[in-house]
Amino acid sequence: MIFRVLDKKALREFFDLLAAENTVVGPVETGIDRKGEPLYQFEQVSDFEKLRLDYSTTKLPAKRYFLPYREKLATFKFEDHDWQKTVDFNIDRPYVFFGLHACDINALNRLDKVLLGNNYPMPYYAAKRINMFIIGVNCRPRPFCFCRSMAADSVTHGFDLFLTDIGDRYFVEIMSATAFNFLKTVRTSEPDENDHVRYMKAVAEKNKLFTARVDTSDLTKILDMEFQSPVWKQWGDKCLGCGTCANVCPTCYCYGVEETVRVDLKTADKNKTLYSCNVIDFAEVGGGHNFRPERSTRLKYRYYHKHRGFVEAFEESLCVGCGRCGEACLAGITVPEVIASVRGEEQ
Amino acid sequence: MDHRLHFHEVLPARKWQRKSDLGSFEYTYKAEITSIYKLTGYENLYRIRLVDDDDRKHFSFRPGQFIMLEAPGVGEAPFSISSSPSNHEDIELCIRTVGNLTAFLSRASRGMRVGVRGPFGTSFPMERMHGGHILLIAGGLGLAPLRSPIAHVQEHRSKFNHVDIVYGTRDPSRLLFKFQYEMWKKDDINLHIILEKADPTWAGPVGMITKVLEEIIAKRDASFIHNTYAIVCGPPVMFKFVCGMLSENGIPMQKMFVSLERRMHCGMGKCCRCNVGSTYTCLSGPVFDYWTVMNLKEAI
Repeated sequence: MIFRVLDKKALREFFDLLAAENTVVGPVETGIDRKGEPLYQFEQVSDFEKLRLDYSTTKLPAKRYFLPYREKLATFKFEDHDWQKTVDFNIDRPYVFFGLHACDINALNRLDKVLLGNNYPMPYYAAKRINMFIIGVNCRPRPFCFCRSMAADSVTHGFDLFLTDIGDRYFVEIMSATAFNFLKTVRTSEPDENDHVRYMKAVAEKNKLFTARVDTSDLTKILDMEFQSPVWKQWGDKCLGCGTCANVCPTCYCYGVEETVRVDLKTADKNKTLYSCNVIDFAEVGGGHNFRPERSTRLKYRYYHKHRGFVEAFEESLCVGCGRCGEACLAGITVPEVIASVRGEEQ
Repeated sequence: MDHRLHFHEVLPARKWQRKSDLGSFEYTYKAEITSIYKLTGYENLYRIRLVDDDDRKHFSFRPGQFIMLEAPGVGEAPFSISSSPSNHEDIELCIRTVGNLTAFLSRASRGMRVGVRGPFGTSFPMERMHGGHILLIAGGLGLAPLRSPIAHVQEHRSKFNHVDIVYGTRDPSRLLFKFQYEMWKKDDINLHIILEKADPTWAGPVGMITKVLEEIIAKRDASFIHNTYAIVCGPPVMFKFVCGMLSENGIPMQKMFVSLERRMHCGMGKCCRCNVGSTYTCLSGPVFDYWTVMNLKEAI
């Protein structure tokens, strides 16, 4: 890894250079919530003043840029009792992501494993993924963040640059050659001993801020043992089956496909919509049999997929501990509480 | 210094039809419905043929695999293949009319063009069963995916020892593939049919499928049973009873194969709709051995 330090003023210069020639997406303030706290969102941004690198977290992940909530997979054209299928991966330009937190970059890395791995890599995702230039930024953990428990509080790959605020300057990790070349035009310097100390201090301070945690030791086995545990029923009774958790999750990729004929009756669209395993018809098959008719079994399945199945397949959890689902849940269900109750721990 | 990022084409759009990894994701073979045969009041047997000669030559599958059948503008769903893997001309699909797509198909006429993706999933390890006795157990529509391994057995009859088909369904009007029964018997395959409800035309046994199985097993000794492979397919409730009973009677778990049904939207391990616990039915299944299924929570 190559390290540099970058003056805060020089970052603005760097942003302007990038924004002049590319589409930049970054955290911007979009409003105030009912508690009076600012709301942030990943939006296209061309003005450095609007970019809020000190943002706490966003309500929605950056998912819509690489896993859109609704996406056209194919179009059909009908003529003379025949049809032609055309496929478009729905991307026409590279995107710069300016200011993703470690959890969101880790979310991408984990999605890569399933969406780019196995025998069937997903071209719609792949096309967007290779056209990303990612600049990460360090964060101040919020009370609901448990990324440290999910080994997602720091990120080792999957980005181009990573910035850490060390007072009047940014400590910069350079991951890609493209990023290295881009940085040549702005003034950076070699970090000295002092910068190292300040970086380590920043990391130590961040670690002190974590309050929420999830005990993941032996979790795959414990989830298996507690498959029949009554706690699932209790959480299931609370759950509304609305699917909000999947909507705000940076790693939820489940989807459904629907086809619709357009009004001209000459064309049809095949659309993919992100779905949630908590919604009632998720596992319903033709003929009406539902493999998971109760809310408790669907909620349980969500935890099994994130914390057991994915770990068995890829050696790490699909959950990155960003805490968005717990914050957004209308019934107040949070991951640390559910896991603790499965482990029989009092919260 | 230029700060413009290069746009990378993951796969040039005009080449998406190539059978590369990325191109195969939405690669659809065009197929034509060549015949529709009414099996019962609920199920039809559709014969489809890939339109392109090259595609037809290269398309091959193994017994137990499924395809995603697409009627453009209507929808797409998984169907297990009901025909012999050695038939490279036509693919046969036994489809019950239950939902949007199947209702549309039931109203289709010969010559209609549909899309086919696949084949997907695991298959019955027929080669491993060579030399053994085979017990094929089907409940209701479960006979549809079993017709493919049955055809394989017929074509390689000398490689298998005793072969029994145990088929249970609701009543005589629901019997599938009636025209095949004589052919199966001719190939020295014992066919046992049991119905839940008889009518005056039915003279055979009445009851649950386990009843026939108990009778068959009672006639056989331990070494015979130990060398028996079972292939089971049917409604979700059937697996538990049938597999549990066979297992108790000495058929080794790894010699019992089930074919599971789940909702699927992609067939390629992406949409998660078919997950059992956290295993993809489309990638690790639909054919599982009983040991694997036992270890999957909520599978059966």
